[in-house]
Amino acid sequence: MRRMLLRSAVGVVVLIAIYGLGFGVEAGFTEYVQRIILLAGVNIILAVGLNLINGTTGQFSIGHAGFMAVGAYAAAFVGVKIAPGLHGLLGTGSVADAVVFNLALLAGALFAGISGLIVGMPSLRLRGDYLAVVTLGFGEIIRILFNNATFLGAATGYFGDSPSGLPAYTTFFWVYAWVAAIVVLIHNLTFSQTGRSLIAIREDEIAAEAMATPTTRLKVTAFAISAATAGIAGGLFAHMQAGVRPEDFRFEKSIDMVVMIIVGGLGSISGAVLGGIFVAVSLELMRDLQQYRLVLYALLLVVIMLVRPQGLLGNRELYQLARKPKPPSTPMEGM
Amino acid sequence: MTQFLQQIINGLSLGSIYALIALGYTMVYGILKLINFAHGEVFMVGAYTGYYAAGALGIAAFEERHQSFPLYLALLVLIAAMAAAALLGVLIELFAYRPVRNAPRLTPLITAIGMSLFLQNAAMLVFSPNPRRYPAVLSEVRFELFGVIVTNIKLTIFVVALSLMLGLHLFVQRTWTGRAMRALSFNIDAAKLMGIDTNRVIRSTFAIGSALAAAGGILFGLDQITINPLMGVLTGLKAFVAAVLGGIGSIPGAVVGGLLIGLAEQLTAGYLSPEYRDAITFVILILILLLKPEGLLGVVRVEKV
Amino acid sequence: MSLLKLQGVAKIFGGLHAVRGVSFQVEKGSIFGLIGPNGAGKTTLFNVITGVYTPEHGQILFRDENIAGLRPALIAARGIARTFQNIRIFRAMTVAENVMVAGHHLHSASILDAMLRTRAYETDEQALKKRANELLEILGLAELSGEIAGSLPYGSQRRLEIARGLMLSPELLLLDEPAAGMNSQEAQTLNEQIRFLRDELGLTVVLVEHNMAVVMNVCETIHVVDHGETIAEGTPAEIKVHPKVLAAYLGEDPEKEVV
Repeated sequence: MRRMLLRSAVGVVVLIAIYGLGFGVEAGFTEYVQRIILLAGVNIILAVGLNLINGTTGQFSIGHAGFMAVGAYAAAFVGVKIAPGLHGLLGTGSVADAVVFNLALLAGALFAGISGLIVGMPSLRLRGDYLAVVTLGFGEIIRILFNNATFLGAATGYFGDSPSGLPAYTTFFWVYAWVAAIVVLIHNLTFSQTGRSLIAIREDEIAAEAMATPTTRLKVTAFAISAATAGIAGGLFAHMQAGVRPEDFRFEKSIDMVVMIIVGGLGSISGAVLGGIFVAVSLELMRDLQQYRLVLYALLLVVIMLVRPQGLLGNRELYQLARKPKPPSTPMEGM
Repeated sequence: MTQFLQQIINGLSLGSIYALIALGYTMVYGILKLINFAHGEVFMVGAYTGYYAAGALGIAAFEERHQSFPLYLALLVLIAAMAAAALLGVLIELFAYRPVRNAPRLTPLITAIGMSLFLQNAAMLVFSPNPRRYPAVLSEVRFELFGVIVTNIKLTIFVVALSLMLGLHLFVQRTWTGRAMRALSFNIDAAKLMGIDTNRVIRSTFAIGSALAAAGGILFGLDQITINPLMGVLTGLKAFVAAVLGGIGSIPGAVVGGLLIGLAEQLTAGYLSPEYRDAITFVILILILLLKPEGLLGVVRVEKV
Repeated sequence: MSLLKLQGVAKIFGGLHAVRGVSFQVEKGSIFGLIGPNGAGKTTLFNVITGVYTPEHGQILFRDENIAGLRPALIAARGIARTFQNIRIFRAMTVAENVMVAGHHLHSASILDAMLRTRAYETDEQALKKRANELLEILGLAELSGEIAGSLPYGSQRRLEIARGLMLSPELLLLDEPAAGMNSQEAQTLNEQIRFLRDELGLTVVLVEHNMAVVMNVCETIHVVDHGETIAEGTPAEIKVHPKVLAAYLGEDPEKEVV
């Protein structure tokens, strides 16, 4: 009981701090910079989630933009549909909005998680390159489906029922409250028996199986969790825009996510956080160099793999920098 | 019925082009166990080299005078493109794959994707993103055969693709390098121990695969009339699926896979809807990886524990 | 009672008969040796027993239940632990973490418990840590428990693999070439450790091994295979002079000594 009180107290303090920061940000920065800060937060959620399956569990997924899309569309759609009912119940104030928004986000996470299960179950039997290609394929199929879904606006996108588009629920507070929650939950998961089992799967799946680890169940679960977090990111992203469009979730978005975790260091949560911020900031900085942006980006990927494949932190956390870097996992055998 | 035959002809000619590209994927994978994501871009560069080579050889003048481009010049265009692509392929191997050959499998996967993106976007900068009309290296001549319209371009595609594939077959079976390539695909370490210069063989593999892809690029340009810097993305992916369908690592597999994908795409576009012509390839990819990942002509690999 | 019984087990890879019709019984509480020249099929047998491969023919009875074809995780959960010929520890994790990973049956808290760090989760973690430390003590690795496994010397890595296997609370322990790379003194220590595992921990041990100083000294029954087939079974004294065994190892000259 005392534990719960202590934890709740800490949680409330953190939320108040974030709220306060939010005021500071809104007062002190231009809208342009604020948007970058929000995008950085969305990226952090994407990166930390993707790191769970790619980094910690070592299963390479390069189609995660699909799950972000599912979350975005689901959150937008559910939000629009339940808003009238909840506003009837709770009035039209910010409390009602908060409830609608968070329910919408949870719906996004749920649908994204379910699609993660659907994609993960058959795909995770494959290894390495094959898994990567299948996830790429599924990511594209999801996007093509949304592109052809007329009830969701097809290629033009989904803008909700009102003429001004989707309600702009996404604020600094909500983004970073979710960032805090997700980072804590994923951190706890990674440093637990489950996390250890995931790392064991990454290090040597055969040995993990020989030690009674339920590898398939864990891989699929990790995949679903990472899809669900991408869904939350998608929902947050959706309500920063007027609408949700399929072209926001092309293969390039999946690659952005991969860059985030590679720059930070595959397997490191703090690395994912840094990587998420890095991508948001550098994409904006390169906006003037719009044409050269992708060329530089691609070159960055290649150069990093050639020069420092372990990224900034390798698979250590920020607070483990004093430790010697861990030896890289054994190269996977051929298929 | 004639509609059906028409689709078959179109499908097979498209499929021949996919087969030419798929061969590059399959040969590289057979030896290095690596998906050369940048291969689609080599195809694209081959097409563009052909475009510029034809321009340099004065094709504009011939077109203005409504004269056919001389055959010997057309061959020169083909050779130029194949040579340029071979060079590009070797450079890609040298800079993006060789340095990471012994790294964990993830690393070359990412350098491959990075290389592919780099080439796409560099091409957009250099060649401009606008599609270009392919010059009439071959002037189109149509004729009817059993009610089906066949153009000399389609015939050329068959002839060129078939000759190149035959050439490759003879190369792999009869020449020293070809045999070395096969040896490496079975066991690269043993090949090294037998004193084979693996780097040279790998370079040759990339060069040959890229040259074939370039030929595919020119044929594609002739057939589809327009080219653009991103043409390698979708077509490359389809050719990759073809290689997987046939059994990645298997040369006959790449040919069979290419033809099947071409047919599937054409029949889907003709009988279902043109919207789904691209989607059918993804569906086939997923089905084959889930049901028979070693492909139609491939062999199941057992992992040594 | 016989803890493990193989009946007519065969494993075929493509055209290669790696194992053809092998049968033997391992009595509970015994130390059983499986030997044979290289390529004889010994590790393949281990892989078949532990579920990595499914045999084409035959039965594998563990406590009278046929486990042939079951997935490795299920077989491990039933009480069979193994080590690998080329050590397969989890190199990026610490020594303690390596052992804790195998403690699934001691850990009933769910993923949600882990994420929220509930009391149930904390209790489980403590139990895991405690048991892991006990096992590390037994194998003499307690001081290294915080070290990264990949940085350990070879001999310690081998012992870690055994400690990890013991975390499964197994009845049967399969050791694949535990003496590889050891000098005669280390081999001697290994013999004592194997006897300890059987005498103090009540394990039944099956060894695949090439080092005859270990095999002949510590095994009670030895089963010899060559080219996937059984060629002899008996006590060390019997096997030492068995003509077929000598022929398989040394060629057709029975005058040479084995050890």
